[in-house]
Amino acid sequence: MLKALNKTGLVFFPAFDWAIDPTHPEREERLLYTQDQFTEEGIFDISGIIEYKPDLVTPDDIRRAHFCVPDEKTITTQSHLISAGGAKAIADAVLNHEVKSGFALVRPPGHHSMRVSHGGRGFCHINIEAIMVEYIRSQFGVKKIAIIDTDCHHGDGTNDIFWHDPDVLFISLHQDGRTMYPGSGFPDELGGPNAKGSNLNIPLPPGTSTEGYLYVIKNCVLPVLEEFKPDLIVNSAGQDNHYTDPLTNMNFSAQGYAELTSLLKPDIAVLEGGYSIEGALPYVNLGIILAMAGLDYSGVVEPDYNPERLRQTVSITDKIKKTTSLVNSYWNQKDTLRQKAGRIGDLVVRHREVFYDTDNIFERQKEKVRICRDCGGCFEIDSKATPGHHILAVHIPINACHSCKETGYRFFDQADVNKFDKVFLQDRPKDIYEIK
Amino acid sequence: MIIGIDVGGTNTDAVLLSSSSIEKKIKVPTDSEDLFNTILSSFTRLLDNIDPKKIQRVVISTTLTTNAIVQQNMDPVGMIVSAGPGIDPRVFSTGEHYYCVTGSINHRGREKAPINKMEIEDIAKRMKKAGIEYVGVVSKFCVRNPSHEMLIKRILNKYFKKVFLGHHVSGNLNFPRRIATTHLNAAVFSLHKSFFEAVKQSLEEMGLMVPIQILKADGGTMTFESSMSFPGQTVLSGPAASIMGAIPYAPENQDAIVLDIGGTTTDIAFLVNKAPLLEPVGIRRGQYKSLIRSLRTESKGIGGDSAVRVKDKELVIGPDRKGPAMAFGGQEPTPTDALVVLGLMDEGDQENAKEGIHKIAEQLCVTDEEAADQIFKKCCSVILKKTFEMIDKLNSKPVYTVHEFLEGYKISPRKILLLGGPAPYFAKKIEELYHIETDAVPESSVANAIGAALARTTCEVSLNADTELGIVTAHEEDFAEPISKTYSDDDLVETAYTLLKEKAVNSGADPDNLDEVEVVEFQKFNIVRNFSPRGKIFRAKMQLKPGLIKGFEKVLQ
Repeated sequence: MLKALNKTGLVFFPAFDWAIDPTHPEREERLLYTQDQFTEEGIFDISGIIEYKPDLVTPDDIRRAHFCVPDEKTITTQSHLISAGGAKAIADAVLNHEVKSGFALVRPPGHHSMRVSHGGRGFCHINIEAIMVEYIRSQFGVKKIAIIDTDCHHGDGTNDIFWHDPDVLFISLHQDGRTMYPGSGFPDELGGPNAKGSNLNIPLPPGTSTEGYLYVIKNCVLPVLEEFKPDLIVNSAGQDNHYTDPLTNMNFSAQGYAELTSLLKPDIAVLEGGYSIEGALPYVNLGIILAMAGLDYSGVVEPDYNPERLRQTVSITDKIKKTTSLVNSYWNQKDTLRQKAGRIGDLVVRHREVFYDTDNIFERQKEKVRICRDCGGCFEIDSKATPGHHILAVHIPINACHSCKETGYRFFDQADVNKFDKVFLQDRPKDIYEIK
Repeated sequence: MIIGIDVGGTNTDAVLLSSSSIEKKIKVPTDSEDLFNTILSSFTRLLDNIDPKKIQRVVISTTLTTNAIVQQNMDPVGMIVSAGPGIDPRVFSTGEHYYCVTGSINHRGREKAPINKMEIEDIAKRMKKAGIEYVGVVSKFCVRNPSHEMLIKRILNKYFKKVFLGHHVSGNLNFPRRIATTHLNAAVFSLHKSFFEAVKQSLEEMGLMVPIQILKADGGTMTFESSMSFPGQTVLSGPAASIMGAIPYAPENQDAIVLDIGGTTTDIAFLVNKAPLLEPVGIRRGQYKSLIRSLRTESKGIGGDSAVRVKDKELVIGPDRKGPAMAFGGQEPTPTDALVVLGLMDEGDQENAKEGIHKIAEQLCVTDEEAADQIFKKCCSVILKKTFEMIDKLNSKPVYTVHEFLEGYKISPRKILLLGGPAPYFAKKIEELYHIETDAVPESSVANAIGAALARTTCEVSLNADTELGIVTAHEEDFAEPISKTYSDDDLVETAYTLLKEKAVNSGADPDNLDEVEVVEFQKFNIVRNFSPRGKIFRAKMQLKPGLIKGFEKVLQ
């Protein structure tokens, strides 16, 4: 019988009774064929692959990563709480050293959910990786975490949540935002003034194949990880780069996903998107779990796989090389960029607009962040949703310096309750959340 | 009157029951070299002075196939396996004569690569030349589409005595387990067949003409005839016999623990509202994993005859057995000797038992009584610890829907039922130590034989309906029928019930004992492609629950 080389945890939660709506891509059937493939392969019988039951995340867990408006209960369903709880259960198994690494094969996904969440965008309501990462930081005191988002869509939610955080390296590989939802994730989006370069965005041209993905991993992601030296690597393992995915235009394969996983060696992988539920997911998920367990995955090949037909053009290869060297140069300049971002103690203001396609909500934000060299800097977000609520949200980062803690409380205390429906304070050092 | 016989590793227990009482009960040592003789002599003694025409039912549970596996004493058989994408099928090799061939079927049951007939012919000839008589054929996802297995069988038929197909084994997915199970059926077939033919013939010579029922690992019975295709199902029927024997004493609408304390091992199982818990997929024993339906039992290497020793000033009990207790002529002290020293057990040689326990007491620097008490307590705590671990594991079983997650049933037993020789002595101690109501089952030393005698037929059917493909199938039963787009949940349940009834009656079920049917799994999915609904997938599993036949309730009062 098979024995995994690396003890690997698996949370499998297909939520067979939950859908956004009956014909939506994010529906009951999505992981059915993956379950069939896993069961038929005998994955749950492999010695060293341990199946865990998902937890249910609590409002306190969500409040470390999000400001849910009007509250957690209104914008989530039980399914979201279990999906995030699946990621949390895997985190526990890995951080308690029960397994070397783990895969949360859960739905619904979460990487389009931003720090302020008024509802659903891009099939996501709450950000399951971010909730997990904040849980790991509070519960286990892990300092430096890298999140590599390989979903075909820009992981704009995760990008937003860790925008100002120099201790969380977020790298997203995705189809070019000019051709794909959510339309963001360009190389010059590098993070807030205190965390420039700790967010790297690598847009890839439509038609990128396995060769292109692995080029970026080897020539950008791995060297950057080598330098950042994270204590923990998380992979937001979206599977919509697959050549059969109905929503995207890429040419990635199950073999490619498995090889990417064995190169990246994530401690935790969390399923994100991926909507080719029959032609891709069963094989891609199988490739990922086998690669994590250190087992031979060479036989995991889609029945209709034809590498010749999927080969990328020379011009695509050139574009990818150019983007990679651009991103690398930004990474190398990150310290200078942070120095130039402003004077310590200054408040930098950013205005932006966020559209929630799933729930049809329009949000305007005004954000003020304190320039700081000692921590990620505290910030406040004035957010008004139409239809919806007008709120003020104050965040004090987990490793906040004394000045940022004080400034954060000043933001909160000075907020005029008559002007907002609600005012929130997320004090990460104390792990408390206040509402007025 | 009915007869139940349980041939165990150490002893064989047999009972003759009338509708009002236990007419006869016997216990004889098992001759593992000659199980046939053991069974026959049990029958001879039971039928002494009894008119064989009065016997309406005979159920036999044996260790025949279990022994064959343990002793690696199985026929060499051939295996042909087709896999397609996924884990390399060579990993699941069953030994020599194991061939991986081309051909592939995907998770929906669609053919992705055809079978190469020439390749199969070639392999058939090579196996034939090597003297192979029985062959197993398994293709990945055959429970979705068995056409490759059937095609291969057609080619093999002319070369071999019998060909076993993977999709007949179970409706469950699990390719590695299906390979192991199909191989097991093929490998024990001739042993099983010749053994039970001999038993049947001898019983007929005694004038016993009723069909023989054989106990399965899931605590149900099947007829000798229907066992021919699945002889592997008789593996581990022993623990099942005991659990069935505890059912009459289990509380209604509550959970109970069943502990069968034997000589070498203790089997642990659970009853939920008088129904035994089943393994979710099939029998597991260490590395060995199968698709054989089975009661959920676990064995702990501790029993009345376990060797007791002191290691680093700590008591160690089992997992080995060095022979009987010293009170009964053995060489090493055992928990049974502790019972004798404590004055709980009157049988056996007091002096020998004392001598054994004294050796332990000296090493522990305590009195003989204290040592005996420590041994006894330690036995209880080892068994109960394992039991509580099992409960935790059962309660943390992953679930796949939001509803199951929120409504998940948690097992919380309020009662312990004890079986086996030392059961009456243990009951009081366990109750005292753990404050759980604990009863020794009446007639606990032959409860296993009573369980076998009263076990009813069980079976299960698995159906898969796909309205996009327009078909409902139960490949395990060789059933496939076209369906319309409007096929519904109710239609599926109705089809399942018809198939289950037919299967049950064919396996020897009494048509009056068919009301304990339940749907154990039901799933429904919309198939959507390019944002428009294309159809529905329904999956259902229906079973005839393990339980006892009617009309013998009085025996157990």
